Amino acid sequence: MTALIGPDDIPYLPRGVRLQGDRVRGIRVLQAPERAMQLDQIGEAILSELDGARSLDRIVRDLAARYNAPVEQIGGDVRDFLTGLIERRMVFVRDSA
Amino acid sequence: MKDQQHQPRDLDGNPVTPGLPMAMLAEVTHRCPLACPYCSNPVDLVRASKEISADDWGRVFRQAADLGVLQVHISGGEPGARKDLAQIVGHARDAGLYVNLITSGIGITRDRLIELDRAGVDHVQLSLQGIRPDMADRISGHPGSWDKKMAFSDWVTEIGFPLTINAVVHRQNMERLPDMIDLAERLGARRIEVATVQFHGWADRNRGALMPTREQAEFARQVVNAGRIRLRGRMVIDYVPADHHAIYPKACMGGWGSTGLNVGPDGTVLPCHAAQTIDWMRFENVQERSLSEIWHLSDSFNAFRGTAWMPEPCRGCDRKTVDFGGCRCQAMALAGDARATDPVCSKSPLHAGVVARAEEDAAAITTDFVYRRMSKGG
Repeated sequence: MTALIGPDDIPYLPRGVRLQGDRVRGIRVLQAPERAMQLDQIGEAILSELDGARSLDRIVRDLAARYNAPVEQIGGDVRDFLTGLIERRMVFVRDSA
Repeated sequence: MKDQQHQPRDLDGNPVTPGLPMAMLAEVTHRCPLACPYCSNPVDLVRASKEISADDWGRVFRQAADLGVLQVHISGGEPGARKDLAQIVGHARDAGLYVNLITSGIGITRDRLIELDRAGVDHVQLSLQGIRPDMADRISGHPGSWDKKMAFSDWVTEIGFPLTINAVVHRQNMERLPDMIDLAERLGARRIEVATVQFHGWADRNRGALMPTREQAEFARQVVNAGRIRLRGRMVIDYVPADHHAIYPKACMGGWGSTGLNVGPDGTVLPCHAAQTIDWMRFENVQERSLSEIWHLSDSFNAFRGTAWMPEPCRGCDRKTVDFGGCRCQAMALAGDARATDPVCSKSPLHAGVVARAEEDAAAITTDFVYRRMSKGG
């Protein structure tokens, strides 16, 4: 299957998708059209990085540095997580160009 | 709430443990310019004079958010039939809810849509009844509906709302499903929801004109599967298959009283939009009790919570926590008993009869509809 995101692509939350606190359950959720997804700490950490400016590659390196973890491992986790959301149209990507 | 008196119990008196709802359907009116013969509203429609006010909705939304609801689906009827729709939307956003507007696109002008954007609508779901003017107008019973919907879709794009296309499919349009998916893509939808008609309420009166054939149901499945591969990353296809041709029933509402609730135009609170077809069940109203009390303590919500109420073959089935015995309203409609195993399940003793009747309806020659209309008077 073709990759839905490459290292130079910039992932972002499109209009209608936002991170929000769930004050009743005490967690963070991703709110999207007709879908609210409960996030664990890893999911929240990844999505908090989507600032619409940095590329996937840059985000992975920043996360690896912050959590003192291997770039290859973080890269795989982030790509898989974002690919699932891109398939659901909850994350969009654009070229860095 | 743990004392004897307030221990929530199912309809047999077994103790149950309510969870927290995620989503609420707010049917703010039953008025609608369309007359679709499969309308999901109850056959006894609520009149405008009985509708609760925008401020009442504000109170309900705040109670819903306190209860754990994250998303509201503002629907109808046609929600645009309410002049104070923007106010209702504003109250929902103020309560912290994500607002989905479920609309036919009829009766909402460009100016009103801009107003709804400012009020905080997060996402728009637009229903389509066909892929061309003739079919769309005939099924909706509303001449000119197609042109109005296409104009509405342009405004949605112009404003930038995320768009979902909702397409109800049945015998008279199922073969055009590939065209419907193409149309949704052309309109820029992020998602298309393809839902086979559910046969209760109005649709039950139109079984002979709407029931798909087994071949059509199989065709639709193949079209959806191929479309999902082709459109991966571009458009999501959500699909509600024809369950009269399935092996197992659908998990109605993800389990009765487990994750969702529905508030009607007059403030009646239902575990599902069709629950009033269960004629012996009594439902409570937000004008009399808080949403939290209704969710946790009402007999209607507790009736089918958990699995202890289930009869055989559900009781001994390893899928009982997967599909929860299927749809209670369908059990009511097809078995005459809301607690029976959903007769579309292949394990139901009534299954053979249900399939035979579906085949018979699918082979019917009629294409005429009994349209959904509000009766005169009142």
